[in-house]
Amino acid sequence: MKYLIAALTLIVGVTGAPAFAAETVKIGFVTTLTTPAGVIGRDMVDAVNLALEHIGGKMGGLDVELIVEDDGFKPEIGKQKTDKLVKQDDVDFVAGFIWSHVLLASSNSALKAGKFLISSNAGPSQLAGAKCNKNFFSTSWQNDQTPMALGEVLNQKGVNSLYIMAPNYAAGKNMIAGVSRTFKGKIVGQDLTKWGKDAQLDFSAELAKAKASGAEGLFVFYPGKAGGAFIKQFGQAGLADSMDLYSVFTVDSLSLPKFQKAGMQGVLGTFNTMFWAPDLDTPQNKKFVDGFKAKYDRYPSFYAAQSYDTIFLIKSAVDAVGGNLDAQDGMRAAMEAANFPSVRGKFTYGNNHFPIQNFYLRQVVADADGVWTTSIVQTVFENHQDVYAKDCKL
Amino acid sequence: MDWTLLVIQMLNGLQLGVLLFLLAAGLTLVFGIMDFINLAHGSLYMVGAYFCATIADISGSFLLGVLAALPLTFAVGLAVELLVVRKLYARDHLDHVLATFGLILFFDAATQLIWGPEGISIALPAFLDGRVSLAPGIEFPTYRLVIIMVGLTVAASLAYVVSATRIGALIRAGAANRRMLGALGVDVNRLFTVVFAAGATLAGLAGLMMAPITEAYVGMGNSILIVTLVVIIIGGIGSVRGAFIAALLVGMIDTMGRAFLDSAMKLVLSAQNAETAAPALSAMLIYILMAVILAVRPQGLFAPKGR
Repeated sequence: MKYLIAALTLIVGVTGAPAFAAETVKIGFVTTLTTPAGVIGRDMVDAVNLALEHIGGKMGGLDVELIVEDDGFKPEIGKQKTDKLVKQDDVDFVAGFIWSHVLLASSNSALKAGKFLISSNAGPSQLAGAKCNKNFFSTSWQNDQTPMALGEVLNQKGVNSLYIMAPNYAAGKNMIAGVSRTFKGKIVGQDLTKWGKDAQLDFSAELAKAKASGAEGLFVFYPGKAGGAFIKQFGQAGLADSMDLYSVFTVDSLSLPKFQKAGMQGVLGTFNTMFWAPDLDTPQNKKFVDGFKAKYDRYPSFYAAQSYDTIFLIKSAVDAVGGNLDAQDGMRAAMEAANFPSVRGKFTYGNNHFPIQNFYLRQVVADADGVWTTSIVQTVFENHQDVYAKDCKL
Repeated sequence: MDWTLLVIQMLNGLQLGVLLFLLAAGLTLVFGIMDFINLAHGSLYMVGAYFCATIADISGSFLLGVLAALPLTFAVGLAVELLVVRKLYARDHLDHVLATFGLILFFDAATQLIWGPEGISIALPAFLDGRVSLAPGIEFPTYRLVIIMVGLTVAASLAYVVSATRIGALIRAGAANRRMLGALGVDVNRLFTVVFAAGATLAGLAGLMMAPITEAYVGMGNSILIVTLVVIIIGGIGSVRGAFIAALLVGMIDTMGRAFLDSAMKLVLSAQNAETAAPALSAMLIYILMAVILAVRPQGLFAPKGR
């Protein structure tokens, strides 16, 4: 009897599995849920769940199955989890990825297996240029673009000398390359600091160097936890008196509530550049921001906005082929058309599947309820394409 | 080179050094006296920071947070010793490592469950938030100066306690030969408990002093624990004096590496290569120092005699 049950279970398992697989769209989502960066991952997963709620959990008539994996802020773990999603779970889409070095380590695992890979944040130059892939799409930006917009802002403001600080990893180097490309003044010094699971969060030595350099402006890129630590120490070291702070991906909806709680008035009025802001006036963004605030009682970050877009991009692909997940060419063509409601409004994809989109100057302000947020001041670049697209043979 | 920058960087190095000393003092005593490897020492650093942040948040006073967090961390240290660590002294080092690694996971998960993943920022009171002008051109954050003073005060008190009091004599005796100490009729268990909890409190003090600079966050003790282990190995396990000197050495080398290595390397390398190589090399410097010490003087700089 025991063997009979075992055999029955086995048969049901074997015959049941493919039938089940054909009825769902499987999305693997790799992000960081542990380590101090886990707060970013939470924002992204919250946005994905909100998006699934907004589409009723259906794409092309199929149910959506979401599998979230934690990369632990480590490239090797990210690759392991991607392998697991591809081989064990046999997902249709691998999405997510906060960190450029994690995405670079994981991309082959997904792409070589013929899966669609969608970056909801990381935009390393390699995947935009020579290593671009027909099955890779981005719902964010190429790393260089946002700092390029900032460099343009620095020119407009007449800043002559700049000191640069960024973490020592793929995206940090892209950010420096980006701002150096457009900034016309002199870069008087730069520091790359330790990054990863045990990232450097005490910047005493670097801040002292920046101050001694006599630069007019300080450009920083410190995403996640490091951003909060940096801004605090920038204030404590008294640098605000002698130089202006310009940041990318550092002051966001994740760090602002903490700054406000700690009464760090110095952050109010500071500028940064971004492709998006909570008050960007598009119908989809209004739906997203209002829905997010109603459900989670806080402002969404740009990480959340990109993750929300990720789900709608995938939906547009699955809808276009009527739920036939074997029709990869049809899904790819649908995604290339960027024919989905995006929080950033209408945009197009470049040949390398990175968005060609606007970049805005944003300022930290208090909203009508007194909550600190970022608000768009002006458009810096219109329909901006990354510089690596020309190296992509697609 | 600008000498004012050098002075500021030395102060930064000193501040990192005294912070490491607060962590290393407890770890080296526990290691030296009880022959117990406590990887969860960094968790107590985190616990101190979270207690302080929570109380500061509720009461609105950072100082109240500090005053309340210290006895609370002491209590957690006591509980950990009595409930977990005490049962492990008789076991071998591998069991210590496994059990205290389990404690790290427990504390990290518990902290994330109680306080959430986002971390807590601590606002400094206005009188600590500014800068002090030490000399023309030398401005230093008041709060970092306070850390240096607190650290040096603790170091001096600890030196007095260890060298001139009865409990200090017991601690030194325990570090040299704990079996003989037990045979002489000293209640070794009680001594262990007190030393463990006191070490936990020092770790908590370090954590809560660091929290206003970065913030209190899950896993904050784990990376600094590695550096602390380097410190006690360089200083000699069981020696408070060794921990002090090694902590200052490590703090200074780490800061100076970050501050001046890229300029120094630009003399021999291209600017681009120097910028990329310098952070990697400066992160390695303290490990290179440890390797040299281990090769030349494996017992550390100031190992207690009689081991």
